Amino acid sequence: MGTPRSYQTQAIIIKQTKLGEADKILTIYTPEFGKLKAVAKGACRPGSKLGGNVEPLTHSLMMLARGRNLDIVTQSQTIDGFLALKSDLWGMSCGLYLLELIDSFTVENNGNPPLFALLLDTLRRLCQTDSSEIVLRYFELHFLHYLGYRPQLHQCVICNSPLRPVVNSFSFSQGGILCPHCSEKEPESHPLSVDSLKILRLWQDCDYATAKRVKMKSELSSQLRQAMQGYIKYLLQREVKSIAWLEELRGS
Amino acid sequence: MMISCQPLARLIEAFSKLPGIGPKSAQRLAYYLLHRPGEEAEALAEAILALKEKIGLCSICFNITDCDPCPICQDKERDHSKICVVERPSDIPPLERTGKYKGVYHVLHGAVSPAQGIGPEELKTRGLLSRLQDGSVTEVILATNPNLEGETTAMYLRRMILPLGVRITRLARGLPFGADLEYADDATLGQALEDRREF
Repeated sequence: MGTPRSYQTQAIIIKQTKLGEADKILTIYTPEFGKLKAVAKGACRPGSKLGGNVEPLTHSLMMLARGRNLDIVTQSQTIDGFLALKSDLWGMSCGLYLLELIDSFTVENNGNPPLFALLLDTLRRLCQTDSSEIVLRYFELHFLHYLGYRPQLHQCVICNSPLRPVVNSFSFSQGGILCPHCSEKEPESHPLSVDSLKILRLWQDCDYATAKRVKMKSELSSQLRQAMQGYIKYLLQREVKSIAWLEELRGS
Repeated sequence: MMISCQPLARLIEAFSKLPGIGPKSAQRLAYYLLHRPGEEAEALAEAILALKEKIGLCSICFNITDCDPCPICQDKERDHSKICVVERPSDIPPLERTGKYKGVYHVLHGAVSPAQGIGPEELKTRGLLSRLQDGSVTEVILATNPNLEGETTAMYLRRMILPLGVRITRLARGLPFGADLEYADDATLGQALEDRREF
């Protein structure tokens, strides 16, 4: 017996590109197979049964048939279209940021069920909350954890000494915090206040219900944002493009 | 297959760069032209050259045109107080075909796509905002595509236009003719229900 010719999976649609006149190539994120590319035939036609069910930022139940190169989407039923997110410019942009992170960091055919669950929960949280900054930072920390880039926040990554409550610094290249002594040797590292470190430590190990209770001023919030996004940029070795857009929206 | 004849090889290579045309189709097209009368080839070559030489963008609406301003912007019969904003020049003919719109257009030449690094600066948004400054425009119809990029663009434009006090409308979203309710997505069906009308 070979592998079955078709299979069913949950999927979050990450992006789509047009293929020929009426088809689309979808990039989807699934729990069992990770990132996949699949063809949605005829999805651009107005009467298509796939049509709106294969738009990015949609959680769908999909039936796929194995193709020679790319698998083919035969059915797609929307489970959650995150409509609250799509009707709000800021919310939608946050959603697109998450999708870009997933797309940039994951490889095809590498299932990571906890990461899928995190993405799904985060999109739902963005639909409900006003404090999107916390949702995004919580996502970033746990996202990096599931990918194997969990930052070490409890002791100095060079000398292993426990961190004291002073301004330490976040070394992106070492993947963790440096004590003031070691950070002198690493001029590239990013200074991190005592409060910032406390919050990151809390978020790294607590559930979201606890994480969202944190109250912080905008200054602290932007400090955390810069630290996390700096680390992500270092890991990716390039800019995350949607960040520029989020910054533009913050400014206007 | 090696083509020893240089001009033919050049044409095949040029054809195969076109979208949707592979090496085999390119060969077929080239051989077809080889056997057609000279005038036909000349007409084709001329049409291609004219495309690049004569066509530019309208300085008002940024639609593609061979005269500036474009015929739509020049037309005094049209209602210049209404501007319909579209993503691409190819979106205008279908709107014109409906015969229901008598206003003018504005072509953005794309949509905001954060993941591809396309922001409003890369589009013709500034031109649109400057057209709204003198107060002669009373309505802006946002006719960007009803997908993620189009929605983002529409919401961004709404945010920019709102302070100017111009009426902003968006093309209705609903079920296309020939659709099947069973397969409609929630977003479309929900909107179709919300915007239902007297029958």
